[in-house]
Amino acid sequence: MSIEVRDVSKAFGAFKAVDHVTFTVASGELFALLGPSGCGKTTLLRIVAGLETADSGSVLLGGADATDQNARERGVGFVFQHYALFRHMTVFENVAFGLRVRPRENRPSQTVIAKRVRDLLGLVQLDYLSDRYPSQLSGGQRQRVALARALAVEPKVLLLDEPFGALDANVRRDLRKWLRRLHEEIKLTSVFVTHDQEEAFDLADRVVIMNHGRVEQDGHPDVVQDQPATPFVMNFVGTAHRFRGVASNGQARFGDVSVPAPASSEPSERPVSGYTRPYEFEVGTTETGGGFWALVDQAVPAGALTRLTLTAERFGTVNVELPRADAEPVYAAGALVYVTPKRVRVFLEEESLDRHSP
Amino acid sequence: MGAGAPARPLRTHQRPAHLNEPRLVRWVLLAIAFAFLGLFLAVPLAAVFLEAFAKGWTAYVEAVREPDAISALVLTLTAAAIAVPLNLVFGVAAGWAIAKFDFRGKNFLLTLIDLPFAVSPVISGMVFVLLFGRQGWVGPWLIDHDWKVVFAVPGIVLATIFVSFPFVAREIIPVMQAMGNEEEEAARVLGASGLQTFFRVTLPNIKWGLLYGVILCNARAMGEFGAVSVVSGHIRGMTNTLPLHVEILYNEYNFQAAFAVASLLACLALVTLLLKTIVERRVHAASPAALEAVGREEPA
Repeated sequence: MSIEVRDVSKAFGAFKAVDHVTFTVASGELFALLGPSGCGKTTLLRIVAGLETADSGSVLLGGADATDQNARERGVGFVFQHYALFRHMTVFENVAFGLRVRPRENRPSQTVIAKRVRDLLGLVQLDYLSDRYPSQLSGGQRQRVALARALAVEPKVLLLDEPFGALDANVRRDLRKWLRRLHEEIKLTSVFVTHDQEEAFDLADRVVIMNHGRVEQDGHPDVVQDQPATPFVMNFVGTAHRFRGVASNGQARFGDVSVPAPASSEPSERPVSGYTRPYEFEVGTTETGGGFWALVDQAVPAGALTRLTLTAERFGTVNVELPRADAEPVYAAGALVYVTPKRVRVFLEEESLDRHSP
Repeated sequence: MGAGAPARPLRTHQRPAHLNEPRLVRWVLLAIAFAFLGLFLAVPLAAVFLEAFAKGWTAYVEAVREPDAISALVLTLTAAAIAVPLNLVFGVAAGWAIAKFDFRGKNFLLTLIDLPFAVSPVISGMVFVLLFGRQGWVGPWLIDHDWKVVFAVPGIVLATIFVSFPFVAREIIPVMQAMGNEEEEAARVLGASGLQTFFRVTLPNIKWGLLYGVILCNARAMGEFGAVSVVSGHIRGMTNTLPLHVEILYNEYNFQAAFAVASLLACLALVTLLLKTIVERRVHAASPAALEAVGREEPA
């Protein structure tokens, strides 16, 4: 079932948690809401679940307006960040809860409930723990119980709040793969909230990046990584060097580096920032033009890469990553190199000032 | 995870001597504690029972079976039976409101709940006389309608409710605050109604704290003297509770009967204490797991 969020806003006092957010999740999609903490992503998820009410805007589930429905009626599955398992109930009873509280006329019989709970615990590979209490489980196990409990009521959409936030790194990776497989198996429309870009890109079919309650970019993980829509996204989804320069007549200039900047086509000069990822530099020893000279401060081998820390007169410290084979013989600390950015993304300075701090 | 019981600190005699306090210090401290308790608690309690049986078993039974004593016992139990459930409902409502919602005047409500602790019981009694008495604010209207509050059972019940109402609320507010409301939210998303959420999720989580509060509330309700004394009017066989009856007998120099009735009250208190101990054990047995769970749920 699809989810549509239309122009939703929510403020807590003077703080705008969600600020005119609009996006659509297609049926069967695995969708990530990504952003730094405090960007409003959890609030947005809770609004979709009906645990929080929006000040304005509407939420549509499967095309039908659900804005005024409460959480009980929306038929969503919600997995809480800290799982919120019922601590006085066994794993079995936790999963059975959603079925047991149904009104008598559509409550399944004991045997049906037992079978369904066993099936679900089998699905999350925890059938051997059904008599345990939540306090006797590990974090990863609790997470899977929470998921089984949410799935027990056959929700039309599944919402997960920082599903791996409270787990250690190894468990997190395993569980992530497992969730991806599970999603391929059951094809349930799912939205998860995370502040970890790697997690979002690894798992999601589509990503919305949020900052200060607003959507910065909405797109496929590849697109978000390669064509960031704003300086914020540029910095959030990876590190980048920021060049300061000016643009006019559709060209941006950063010293000798000149790149097309269609956004500033007027003849008057406007300040701009250019961003280049560490792996988007070419390094050589001859001046080939369109670049700058820099001094190697440090060359650190890191697996398949060599990380160079350079100092350029005009641009300060520049971090560059090169494939190891190229880097090894030539560049040691103290060497003078010519650096050419292969790609510079240009943003007008007003935008950058508005959205992030350098 | 779930690797069994958490490591307990070793008991005194299991630890090497250099980790313990010097024997002398231990003994002196223990002696002081026990001497104090003995002098101020055990001896008076024993005195109550000794005095009660001073004229033998028959005199004791007679004093206890005397109609006025029976009626005082019934009245005490009635007042407690009305006050405790009402305070239970009130306490849960207040606890719920304070722990689960944010609203203006929350601190004010908390302070109000503590009021009966702060105000002398005699004053609370006076307040009810002032309100419902013949010269009181609503008293004349009540008397016109043939409702007797002051110097009658309703007044006693009201005073009892007043002095015992903080106990339940005070006991469960911290429990509910520690619980947060994620579990309730989870229940709601899973389709549970408000009542189902309360009875299946909230209540099981607070039940031991609640029971503990009820026991304390009951102890206070049965033992209250000051406030009840003011509103009761001391009508024998009508508006006398056990503590008041004891006082009357004592003032009549009927020491043996006074102590016999007092021993009833003491027995009620002992039963309450016993229940409290049992409940405390259950709470302690339940809490390490709960604490562990809370600790582990902290984000990494």
